[in-house]
Amino acid sequence: MIISLNHYLVLAALLFSIGVAGVLTRRNAIIIFASIELMMNAVNLAFVAFARHWGDVGGQIFVFFIIAVAAAEVAVGLAIIVVLFRHRETVNIDKVNLLKW
Amino acid sequence: MDLLHLLNQGLFWFFVVMTVVSAIVVVFSQRVIYSAFALLFTFFGVAALYLFLAADFLAASQVLIYVGGILTLIIFGVFLTAKIYTMDIPQQTHQRYLALLPVVAMLGLLTYGLFTADWKTVTPAAEPTTKDLGQLLLTTYLVPFEVASVLLLAALIGAVRLARPMQEEDRD
Repeated sequence: MIISLNHYLVLAALLFSIGVAGVLTRRNAIIIFASIELMMNAVNLAFVAFARHWGDVGGQIFVFFIIAVAAAEVAVGLAIIVVLFRHRETVNIDKVNLLKW
Repeated sequence: MDLLHLLNQGLFWFFVVMTVVSAIVVVFSQRVIYSAFALLFTFFGVAALYLFLAADFLAASQVLIYVGGILTLIIFGVFLTAKIYTMDIPQQTHQRYLALLPVVAMLGLLTYGLFTADWKTVTPAAEPTTKDLGQLLLTTYLVPFEVASVLLLAALIGAVRLARPMQEEDRD
């Protein structure tokens, strides 16, 4: 059996769905963060698979930019979560339902 | 040649299973620290799959940035926020099974779309793409490249400003 484009795409869809499940079912803000990273990895994998199978490096460039944006997002997001924990003593998203108190 | 092909296949499926299983552990583990460490295996699995797709530079970047940077930050976040030894608090939302319904529906729809689409792939011979990436980044994609660096600088300053200990004038 030859590993085709569809193998990678199905794997990407599976990873993305697992990430969505994490965002929808978990309460801990950090795990939701990790799930978002899973979704980004799934999209990156699909990009790279298409880049390989169409012989176009442009897809890999976009993965590069997605990784850069993900790094920025994690830095700011985790800073927000740490500040939130300092103020509220919790990272449970059910308890954090007001923007300002 | 045939043995090499078999080895290739075996490695591919090994990394696929590793990625999926560790992703499931990330999402469904009851302990936050297990989730954070399972993320390590997911990132490594995806990096290995990049190698299968002849994206050697991206595989290296994935290991450096995701494992070395993002995962470290997430583990720091876990240590700074979660009360690790009191894990009897519920980790799942109330309607978790209902929430899985749209997830399964989306996965089904995506898979259906993937198998019915005609992708018209050409699949050229695998070659290292680092040289092409470098040339594209400094010609066609030069402006997004610079914008990305400005974004990273802004994120750096913003994160430091947010996480800094509170000063007197910030208290209200």
